Amino acid sequence: MTRYLIPLVIFGVLVVFLAIGLGRDPHEVPSPLINKPAPPFKLAQLKDPSKTFSAEEMRGRVWLLNVWASWCISCRDEHPLLLEYARSGAVPIYGLNYKDKPEDALAWLGELGDPYVLSVSDLDGRIGIDYGVYGAPETYLIDQQGVIRFKQIGPVTPDVWTKSILPQVQELNRQGGYR
Amino acid sequence: MFIWSAVTCHRFGLRQLAAASTVSLLICSAAIVASAQLRRPVSDDPPDPAVEQRLTKLSQELRCLVCQNETLADSRADLAEDLREEIRIQIRAGKSDQEIISFLTQRYGDFILYRPPVRPKTYLLWFGPFVLLLAGLAILFRYVKRRRDMIEEKPLSNADRAQVEKLLSSASRKETA
Repeated sequence: MTRYLIPLVIFGVLVVFLAIGLGRDPHEVPSPLINKPAPPFKLAQLKDPSKTFSAEEMRGRVWLLNVWASWCISCRDEHPLLLEYARSGAVPIYGLNYKDKPEDALAWLGELGDPYVLSVSDLDGRIGIDYGVYGAPETYLIDQQGVIRFKQIGPVTPDVWTKSILPQVQELNRQGGYR
Repeated sequence: MFIWSAVTCHRFGLRQLAAASTVSLLICSAAIVASAQLRRPVSDDPPDPAVEQRLTKLSQELRCLVCQNETLADSRADLAEDLREEIRIQIRAGKSDQEIISFLTQRYGDFILYRPPVRPKTYLLWFGPFVLLLAGLAILFRYVKRRRDMIEEKPLSNADRAQVEKLLSSASRKETA
């Protein structure tokens, strides 16, 4: 009996492992930046390049950094949701306009609406490298201490928003920055 | 799979994508047009063969995160080009290979390495196959031994011997004939 049982068990284990493997998206690479300080940057603002914005200025606040570009098709999908979430006022959303032409980016915002408190231009993608960006859109949740608490690769979905981002934002705000 | 993964697809890899749907092809070509204008200005210095050689060697060990089955050396994805340029800058700045690799793993994780580091989390990956091989050998050894014990040598009976001799002699007769 065990003669037949052992191969069957091995086969079962294999099937389970392969099934798990098939269900995972290989493009979702776990970010090593979770629970690490957000890389600093100081970049020109998209709407007024004479002004800069740096991640430092957000110390003491919970905020989202959304990496987007006008050439990014999934960003267009994500956009209405971002507008809705920005309107809800749950958490300020800042944009990192990644490897885009400012005139295209401004036209895009003009056409579709602007969910961002402000966007900064990462023209050559150098800050994107620091943040480990490899496929826009990507969204980072950054806490009061400037630590990345969550990263969404690909568009934010209602599911991600209600199950991951919003609860973490509320929890961080409740703690009030004291840990 | 997300569409965004196709957005920054490699430039010359379109042939490989022929099997993919026309939609993703269109997305890809749209991204190519968009990204072609956004190329990071490559420095004007003439390429230094020593730097290029180190870059090639290093980037063959690194994975392109956009087209994950390609190395950074082979990939034509925009991000791969940016990362190659970044590595080039760091080589020129006199960084060691180790420093450059840790720069990249700090940002993209161990996933960027084709050769994952040996650490408790990857023991199964590195040593699992050898454990399986040893287990297989042990099972094979036991099986062969058991088989050998099962087959007992039976002495030939006189009738068998007579038949063997008859067969052998008839065979040799045929040969001589």
